[in-house]
Amino acid sequence: MSMDLLEPREKRKPGGALQGLGVVDCDIHPQFATPGEILTFLPERWRDYVRTYGGFYRQPLADTLSHPRMAPDVARADSWPPGGAPPGGDLAFMQRQHLDANNVDHGMLMPLNRGPGNQRNLEYGAALATAVNDWQIACWVERDARLHASIVCTQEHPPFAIAEIERCAKDPRFSQIMLPPKSLEPLGRRRYWPIFEAAEAFDLPIALHVGGINGYPATGSGWPSYYIEEQHTNVQGMQGLITSMVVEGVFEQFPGLRIVLVEGGVAWAPPLKWRLDKHWKRLKSEAPHLKRLPSEYIHDHFWFTTQPLDEPPEDSDLLETFEQVGLDRIMFSTDYPHWDFDEPSFVAAKLRIGPEKLRAIMSGNARELYGLT
Amino acid sequence: MSKSRFVVARTSDVAPGTSLRVNAGGRDIALFNIAGAFFALGDRCPHESGSLCAGKIVGFAEADEPGKYRLVRDGEFVRCPWHGWEFDIRTGKSWCDPEKSRVRAYQTGVTSGSDLVEGPYVAETFKVSVEENYVVVEI
Amino acid sequence: MQDRTDHSIPAKGAAAGLFGGAAVDCDVHVSVPSVKALLPYLDAYWRQQFVTRGIDRLSWNMTSDPPNAPIMIRPDRRPTNGRPGSDYSILKDKCLDLFGPSAAIANCIYGGMALHSEDMAAVVCTAVNDWLAAEWLDRDPRLRASIVVPLNNADLAAEEIERRAGDPRFVQVLMLAMGEQPLGKRAHWPIFAAASRHGLPIGVHAGSLYQQPPLAGGYGSYFLEDYVAQAFGFESCVLSLVSEGVFAKFPELKFVFMESGVTWLAPALWRFDKTWRGVRAEIPWVKTPPSQIVRDHIRLTLQPFDEPEGAGRLERFCEQMKSDEMVLFSTDFPHWHYEDEDVLPIGAETALARKILWDNPRATYPRLKALAPEVLA
Repeated sequence: MSMDLLEPREKRKPGGALQGLGVVDCDIHPQFATPGEILTFLPERWRDYVRTYGGFYRQPLADTLSHPRMAPDVARADSWPPGGAPPGGDLAFMQRQHLDANNVDHGMLMPLNRGPGNQRNLEYGAALATAVNDWQIACWVERDARLHASIVCTQEHPPFAIAEIERCAKDPRFSQIMLPPKSLEPLGRRRYWPIFEAAEAFDLPIALHVGGINGYPATGSGWPSYYIEEQHTNVQGMQGLITSMVVEGVFEQFPGLRIVLVEGGVAWAPPLKWRLDKHWKRLKSEAPHLKRLPSEYIHDHFWFTTQPLDEPPEDSDLLETFEQVGLDRIMFSTDYPHWDFDEPSFVAAKLRIGPEKLRAIMSGNARELYGLT
Repeated sequence: MSKSRFVVARTSDVAPGTSLRVNAGGRDIALFNIAGAFFALGDRCPHESGSLCAGKIVGFAEADEPGKYRLVRDGEFVRCPWHGWEFDIRTGKSWCDPEKSRVRAYQTGVTSGSDLVEGPYVAETFKVSVEENYVVVEI
Repeated sequence: MQDRTDHSIPAKGAAAGLFGGAAVDCDVHVSVPSVKALLPYLDAYWRQQFVTRGIDRLSWNMTSDPPNAPIMIRPDRRPTNGRPGSDYSILKDKCLDLFGPSAAIANCIYGGMALHSEDMAAVVCTAVNDWLAAEWLDRDPRLRASIVVPLNNADLAAEEIERRAGDPRFVQVLMLAMGEQPLGKRAHWPIFAAASRHGLPIGVHAGSLYQQPPLAGGYGSYFLEDYVAQAFGFESCVLSLVSEGVFAKFPELKFVFMESGVTWLAPALWRFDKTWRGVRAEIPWVKTPPSQIVRDHIRLTLQPFDEPEGAGRLERFCEQMKSDEMVLFSTDFPHWHYEDEDVLPIGAETALARKILWDNPRATYPRLKALAPEVLA
């Protein structure tokens, strides 16, 4: 008589506009079914390397992040598949618990596994990027056509990154390029411009999912003590990213570039626009390459995903802030299977907007950006 | 409307320190056993609807000043499996937002199988045996 | 939220000062004209060191405060000779006499506090404070100052606070938004303990020691990036001060963020409160939502106010924070954030303006509580 946790519970009534709407989830994390699963996608030379030398990052701990999370695997406590795979490591379970249950038409895969872009050994990073890309196709997209892969690459060595992008870009099962926002230099710097050039040439958006290990402290004043602070640094990090890309002139150089910010929140964006506009007006002489207000570049080139949903005390403040960003630039995401997952009905309930605008956020904006049907 | 009493589980189904999701009168209920005493809460977290019976059962962390940690009332709180909100299993009160966010707490009792046969109980899901004891939830 | 009609204040430009009522300017800048100017305030050993090593010929301008960048010096506030912010008569004419504050807090953002030699930094800070007292505070009774302290050694900083606390014209302790470690870390607690003992708020000014890159991901190409990033640095300060339990340990202590911008704070706290609900067991000394702690303990100076012109963001900020007590008036003299006298984004006659100009500063700084509007000449 004990109930399976996956047995359907009494459902919260979906809002009228969500009824029958297939959502697009812009942030789903697939995981290796076993730690060794990825090894089968690596050449022997690199299998041997990783067995011998393990992780080699710019941080003190070799195998894990230095701020322990508040939940095992950063995961929802109910997302551990019964078969023994880790959260996100079992497609059938993911289908049942998330894709089917939440009526997901399209899900964008955000593989964070082992961070090829953060590898100090660039050749290993490139081999790992190839492996992770092949793994996404073989273990996920091939088995469920709702899922879309993201091209991971070694941004610290653009020639390798571009070779990998060229290898994958002709396969329509890849919908975007994915870079870690924490790169060795701020992402707007010219060393990364060849990657932007490739993205523009292949007409692929670039997704920047929070994270990465670049060796720099997570704040402008060093490493915070607690996870609650470190988690929040995604917010400062995203603001720094926009500041860098806009001010360095990336969008003057690549007017077709489209950037998706994943899991960084949204509500900080309007004050950042105001701040950038105000100070750029005064310091124009330093950055004469900018031809338009920073806020205009931001609106034209950045898309924002909803999770973790900002939760002001007044729901109307959330809508106000989304409108200030532009309702055409907000895209729904869940972060499944992570602990701070957002349910579609929760987001819909908090937004309190008409069905057309809600559909754009839950589905339409992403379909348009990624060219999905 | 008068309350009904639902037989939801054998006492042996929920070991001390564990929880079980049961259904009574169409409602999902998270049933907890704290050292032999049974508590029933609505299973749905008021925040985003995470299933509380899938959450970790924990103690409450306290500190009077930075760095001086202590754990109290171990086993009497449940952390929502999603966003980690803590609920007092005895009352259903959310610790972080006690005014706005609480889950319904239901009266529970333990009754022997032989008493159950006499009613007035609703046993929707399984057969009652006179040899066992049962958890009853009032809704 | 607040009564907008009760306080009737004379129109702009009346004899009582530009705002027609009393005001405290919580952030004006004065600058050390040259290291040489500090020589009279050094002892024999350090004076000889400075001269024989040519230290007295160095510029200790800070990278986060380039004195000639247009944002740092409005053309009509630029001296004909010398370093911007070093000329008293300009401060007097273009700020003190013009805006008519009863008091103005002078902040000297100076490279001395960033030196890696802890002893030299401490000696320079002591000299700067002596120089501030002699060259500025003695010259104009309206001036107050923040105590400049060496930021790489909290014990020496605490000693300087003790040395200076007896002079009531020093009204707070000066720190920078971005140091080597997050602001709330225990390494800084000796500073907070000394400030608490003497009822001095901690004034945290925009600025960086550049021991970490301000963009928290390496260095960008432009000062504009770093200047915008100051707000991110302050956001980290909020997270650090609350999470480390600074206000649990020092319940009377207040922090004033200066030149921090304002509007970013509300959404930062939405996020902080949200995360706290789920992970507060990591920092159990934080017993109320972070936004409530911030409302009670953190203040922000007005300029540069980050809003699109005429958008009503200051009022919205107060509504979102459920407080009209958090913003303190500042001109940020001699910086260039506004034209003419348009320093207030709201009408001077509003009740909110009166809070910002007068009530809030006096409630924040115990040493200004007794300040009387009659001081106005």
